[in-house]
Amino acid sequence: MSTPVPLEIHDLTVAYHRKPVLWGVDLNVTSGQLIGIVGPNGAGKSTLIKACMGLLPVQSGWVKFFGRPFSEVATRVGYVPQRESVDWDFPVNVMDVVLMGRYGRLGLLRRPGRADREVARSCLEKVQLLPYANRQIANLSGGQQQRVFLARALAQEAELYFMDEPFAGVDAATESAIIAVLRELRDQGRTILVVHHDLPTARQYFDRLLLLNMNVVAFGPTAEVYTAELLQKTYGGRLTILSEVAQALGAQEPAK
Amino acid sequence: MSRHCRFSHLLLALGLFVLGAGGVRAAGIGDLVEIRWAEQIGRFFTFQDASVRYALLGSIFLGLSCGLLGSFIVVRRMALVGDALSHAVLPGVALGFLWNLSKDPLAIFIGATVAGLLGTFFVSAITRTTRLKEDAALGLVLASFFAAGLCLVSMIQRLPTGNKSGIDKFLFGQAAALGADDVRLMGIVTGVIAVLIVAFYKELQATSFDPAFAKASGLPAGWVHHGLMLLLAAAVVIALQAVGVVLVSAMLITPAAAAYLLTDRLHRLVFLAALFGVLAGVSGAFLSFVGPSLPTGPLMVLGASAVFGMAFLFGPRHGVLARWWRRRSGAARTRRENTLKSMFHVWEAGGFRTEGVTLTELAERRRETLEDVQRLGTGLIRHGLATQSGDVFYFTPAGKLRAAEIVRNHRLWELYLTNSANIAPDHVHEDAEKIEHVLGESVVRALERRLDYARVDPHGRSIPTPREIHRDAGLTDESSGEGRR
Repeated sequence: MSTPVPLEIHDLTVAYHRKPVLWGVDLNVTSGQLIGIVGPNGAGKSTLIKACMGLLPVQSGWVKFFGRPFSEVATRVGYVPQRESVDWDFPVNVMDVVLMGRYGRLGLLRRPGRADREVARSCLEKVQLLPYANRQIANLSGGQQQRVFLARALAQEAELYFMDEPFAGVDAATESAIIAVLRELRDQGRTILVVHHDLPTARQYFDRLLLLNMNVVAFGPTAEVYTAELLQKTYGGRLTILSEVAQALGAQEPAK
Repeated sequence: MSRHCRFSHLLLALGLFVLGAGGVRAAGIGDLVEIRWAEQIGRFFTFQDASVRYALLGSIFLGLSCGLLGSFIVVRRMALVGDALSHAVLPGVALGFLWNLSKDPLAIFIGATVAGLLGTFFVSAITRTTRLKEDAALGLVLASFFAAGLCLVSMIQRLPTGNKSGIDKFLFGQAAALGADDVRLMGIVTGVIAVLIVAFYKELQATSFDPAFAKASGLPAGWVHHGLMLLLAAAVVIALQAVGVVLVSAMLITPAAAAYLLTDRLHRLVFLAALFGVLAGVSGAFLSFVGPSLPTGPLMVLGASAVFGMAFLFGPRHGVLARWWRRRSGAARTRRENTLKSMFHVWEAGGFRTEGVTLTELAERRRETLEDVQRLGTGLIRHGLATQSGDVFYFTPAGKLRAAEIVRNHRLWELYLTNSANIAPDHVHEDAEKIEHVLGESVVRALERRLDYARVDPHGRSIPTPREIHRDAGLTDESSGEGRR
């Protein structure tokens, strides 16, 4: 039997208050890939990854990770939520948050031990936050907070990662630090799906792009998918967005 | 949100205080036995009375359980849920009483817990199925359950056995009414709460901070939430008899809110909240015992509010006083640094030839009276930045170093604004006056690199360099006498 693919989505439909947000999504993701999920606002990018992990109720269809349902393999899947999703005044420090990445593996009733702290420390080192380990999380810049979330996900030591806008509102240094970490993960054979909102950088960063707008418009190697026609189809019909696409395509020209 | 809650509780507690004094008979422990004050205090601390022992033990248990759970309620922003839940238990208390027409702790406990959970179920059902948001649903359920409870309570009081039942004690709390069975139940419930919180601390922490991540990493976030609601209902119910339905949510929120102001770590917050809860509970029981006709619940809540007030005013980091002190000492530091800078300027104008700066020179430079300048100079002396002999001030090494740093910061910043930000040289002084006090070493290094280690500022004056500063500071060591105190 061949090894099952990291992520298989079949005919997934998700609705908020009966209004479908995702409609009949099919996807097959092979391992060792850095994938960008791109589409206009309200296209269902975040909804897709949340629904995959069972954080949202699914109308129909199914999702399998490594050939099994999510609940059986939750520890093999890592997650970086949007930074705005939590209260940064919460009384924890950076180390506490990164250690939370270990909790899923520990299971109930077990406390994080020395080995877990070691892992957490090396993850902080990777995102250059080790000097901030004891700092209360409110006293961090936006870019540093984003890297705390990345370190927590690294501490999960997962094989497949979902990341929701990890580049939103971060400085250039953080952006390049994050992309370096993502490429390292990819080179270790892990699969990373990243919700991304910026078209020009999406083209540089990702091996493959998933163009999403309620359903899959296109999924394939970046060079094949990043075309005027497909982007138009993804962002189609909306004037403001059309100009954004035109701009992105304009930026593409000198590269050729 | 939680601050609003606290204020309304404080007001409510004060109102009840006044009402109680004005003749509404919400009986205190002192009512049961008419003895004088000093004797009462003596009796409280010798624990002769069984009723004192039970009241004290009960207050400790309820303070502990409310503080422990309250900290999670506060960090999860569920303060209003606690409030609604505590009001929703009243019909359950009444039905538990009606079960066999007596104050059977177990029947009341079960009835109240079921009613509380039913209330929270209605809240979530309303928010799920209608367009109403949680705050409206909470207010609605709170009021309707409480109204039903009040009706049932007055019905019970009209029953033949009713007026002796003590069911009215559930409204405002009466620690002296606690019996052995009540205290035993309180102890068991508090023990269960403490053990569960310690055992599942990791899950509680993770699901409170980031429920979506916790769930995605395989932690049972839903079970933790429901478990917490169950424990919350139980904690509210055991606290009822001593604190009363009306105020029990304050015992959940206030100690935890006070702890929140004092620490940045969750485990310390939980510990402090439990401590404050016990403190409030015991002081409430004590005051109610010695004071005439005062109900226990409001006194406990006032105790908790007093703890919160202390944390609000005197907290070392977030407290009002600490913040005021920091602002003040920041202003004082800026004043000292400006004085040092003036000394440096006078010294510089004299070509660095004289060792000291006279009072008159400094006063002229600063365009201030001799008395004012003397006061500033005394400030420098007190901080070991200068010494004085007669009318002449001398830098200490530390003072000279700081003075040169400030002047360097000022001139570097002026140069940076003129060169890199293209601002005219006559516009940069004001800005530099503020920036000079806050530039850190690493920013200064970066500025120097950026400006190619320039030595002259836009006004043609030389910029002191760190090496010079250190050397000068060393040279003046003998001349300036004593160094930093």
